[in-house]
Amino acid sequence: MALAIPKETYSGKIYHVQLGTGAKAVTIGGASALPFLGFEGTFPNKPAVALEIMDIAPDDWPETLRKAIGGASASPVQWAKFCQQNGADIIALRLMGTHPDQKNKNPEEAAKVAAEVAAAVDIPLVILGSGHAEKDTQVLQAAAAATRGKNCAIGKAVEENYKTVAAAAMANDHKLIAMSQLDVNLAKQLNILLTQMGFDKERIIMDPMSSALGYGLEYTYSVMERIRLAALMQNDPMMQTPIVCDIGANVWKVKETLAPEAEVPEWGGLEDRALAWEAVTASAMVTAGADMLIMRHPGAAAKAKEVIAELM
Amino acid sequence: MALSGVEIFKYLPKTNCKKCGHPTCLAFAMKLAAKQASLDSCPDASEDAKKLLGEAAAPPIRGITLGTGDKAVKVGDEICLFRHEKKFFNPNAFAVAIRASEAGDAAAKKIEAVKASEIDRVGQKLRVDAIAVADEGGDAAKFASVVKQVVDGAPGVPLILVSKNPAIIEAGITHCADKKPLIYAATAENAEAMAKIAKEKKASLAVAADGLDALTALSEKVKGLGVDDLVLDSGARKAKDMIEHLTIIRRAAIKKNFKPLGYPTIIFAGRDNAVAETVAAAVGVMKYASIVVLNSIEKWKMLALLSLRQNIYTDPQVPMQVAQNVYKVGDAKENSPLMITTNFSLSYFIVRGEVENSKVPSWLAVMDNEGLSVLTAWAAGKFTASKIAQFITESGVEKNVSHKELIIPGYVAVLSGALEEKLPGWKITVGPREANQLPTFLKARA
Ligand code: B12
Ligand code: SF4
Repeated sequence: MALAIPKETYSGKIYHVQLGTGAKAVTIGGASALPFLGFEGTFPNKPAVALEIMDIAPDDWPETLRKAIGGASASPVQWAKFCQQNGADIIALRLMGTHPDQKNKNPEEAAKVAAEVAAAVDIPLVILGSGHAEKDTQVLQAAAAATRGKNCAIGKAVEENYKTVAAAAMANDHKLIAMSQLDVNLAKQLNILLTQMGFDKERIIMDPMSSALGYGLEYTYSVMERIRLAALMQNDPMMQTPIVCDIGANVWKVKETLAPEAEVPEWGGLEDRALAWEAVTASAMVTAGADMLIMRHPGAAAKAKEVIAELM
Repeated sequence: MALSGVEIFKYLPKTNCKKCGHPTCLAFAMKLAAKQASLDSCPDASEDAKKLLGEAAAPPIRGITLGTGDKAVKVGDEICLFRHEKKFFNPNAFAVAIRASEAGDAAAKKIEAVKASEIDRVGQKLRVDAIAVADEGGDAAKFASVVKQVVDGAPGVPLILVSKNPAIIEAGITHCADKKPLIYAATAENAEAMAKIAKEKKASLAVAADGLDALTALSEKVKGLGVDDLVLDSGARKAKDMIEHLTIIRRAAIKKNFKPLGYPTIIFAGRDNAVAETVAAAVGVMKYASIVVLNSIEKWKMLALLSLRQNIYTDPQVPMQVAQNVYKVGDAKENSPLMITTNFSLSYFIVRGEVENSKVPSWLAVMDNEGLSVLTAWAAGKFTASKIAQFITESGVEKNVSHKELIIPGYVAVLSGALEEKLPGWKITVGPREANQLPTFLKARA
């Protein structure tokens, strides 16, 4: 019996989304088949890895992580340069300092940092609010205006604030990250709402909501697989936006990335364990279809890039 | 290929004798088609019918057991390509390779590591499942001595014997002949000799070829030589080849019922760098590898890989959950602290583990929220003040504790006011957000 390669016929394709400008611009998306199945489709762009920086010092980041970044986190600009030197394709600036429970910085301060960072690096920039839906509307508006012309991705637009955040992206020619909560229908719904208000669907990057290895990873994994199947097999235009996974924030709060070996000898050394935790989470997300990863540990990001290279 | 009731009916005796417990042969055929009956119930079924139905009923991917006894592991026997379609049933086995050159101390260390590899995660015991002894340089005596070292050192742990030389396998298998090892591997060159050993020793046999066409041919050939328990290796080592080959194998088996590829698969994830090896193995875990062979099994590596495997192989329809109850942690007394969490296994075991770490005996009230985590249950309206109050009141916990203080998870601090209203006389204390802060929190109170 000869083997006839059982190929799928895909009717849909993922949109291309370009971030940044000039020689270091990065394009993501474009896949015409399920992840890495080169025998039945093409993958013009490899998944991009963004390293995360913040507008405040990472005091609440775990020791292992802070050590890996060293003194670079003293200022956002220095930190961004450090990430670019350490192989980041993209810088993801999280304006955590604006959160009312953090430093409650005002939108102008945040915008200033965003502009400085944008000027300091020539790789693309992702600008994230603090996750406070209400405050993020003002913060992202200001930051989007301050980085006009840089073709950033700004977010996250969520159900509660998508109108203002999308308007800010539109007015300043940026791309948009839209996040829903681990649900295929909610993800689609948000993209529909955005297009209904006139936002170009080919400028959206979808965030299905990430989770860490061992802590709900399987939910994100399957939601992403289902989104990709709908995009490719059912040719659903509302599911064909590239996917971003914001994994660092989830990974670096679980016990496996925090607990020293002395406390859990059966888990082995903390440094390797923590790094592997983020790298394995990353590999799971790209296997399920992620087009962009937001990570925290430069070493883990390097491992993610290695496996991506091996998969292309 | 599934048969319809009418197709099956054609092969039944058509006497309607009712001995099967069904009114007619047709009714019985319908039950068979729906897999609600077994052909064994019809005493008059012909050999033809048995053969046909047996083949139709065979799973698209054969299930194979490595080893014997309580450490045996079953792999294969999967029915879908994506876990959300149903679920993945038989978790891949992890094996560590011990090379013949590691005979002695290095091998002993790995053997000990395998024996000490068991971890408890979310109520499941997970461990390195098997040991692969790999021939190097063709020294049969040396190979056999390592096999013996493993059999003696790690009794019961399933074995994979790695050599393409039948004479070497022959030497090694004498030490584990009755333990259903997996022989790796039959190739186009040695197929007859390897098949002969596998049949004689009732071992499973891996078939290794370069590429999928060669693999198909070899699998058919070895099956034709009378070996049923096969494991497939297409030679894929690079992550991309792994995903592509394993996907094609799985699809061909499940969607096309292509028998030559309807077997479990084996991959060798070895890399010079341990993190790189972890990540490569992870790709195998997610994309259909049934056996993943590693060069080394550092504790952190296995923690990550076993956790990933557990994630991927959980039932997507039913979250892992524990029974609603007030659990006693340590030697809790009537004045011990009382905490509440949800019945999502992950939440329960994390919290329980941290309470145990604190060494402060406690009561842990676990409320049935259909297996949702604390925040998810809260967001879904299943962990509300009134529901918690009702649960506490009906749980009978007041018989266990003499005090009326309930510690709630820090993430649902907003519930404390409403809870005090709904539970008159109770003091609600907001605990830390993350469970890993519980030891400090509990010790400070004790
Ligand atoms: C996986 C997941 C799901 C899965 C369900 C998983 C499950 N079985 O529960 C699915 C996809 C079904 C889901 C659905 C929803 N989800 Co959800 N989900 C998550 C996710 C990613 C992980 C949850 C998890 O497994 N956590 C791990 C467990 C162990 O955490 P935990 O139970 O809270 O326990 C920790 C602490 O609370 C503490 N702890 C626990 N018990 C106790 C007890 C005491 C005494 C103490 C001191 C501490 C303590 O210890 C643990 C470890 O530190 C989180 C986001 C995230 N990254 O956390 C969102 C999250 C919980 N989900 C959220 C939401 C909104 C939803 C939905 C309502 C979305 C929607 N609109 O459909 C639905 C609701 C469900 C429904 N209607 O059926 C929100 C909740 C936001 C909020 N604050 O209200 C979250 C936080 C995401 C977010 N950032 O927006 N979700
Ligand atoms: S026992 Fe067999 S022959 Fe008799 S009714 Fe049932 S199926 Fe028909």
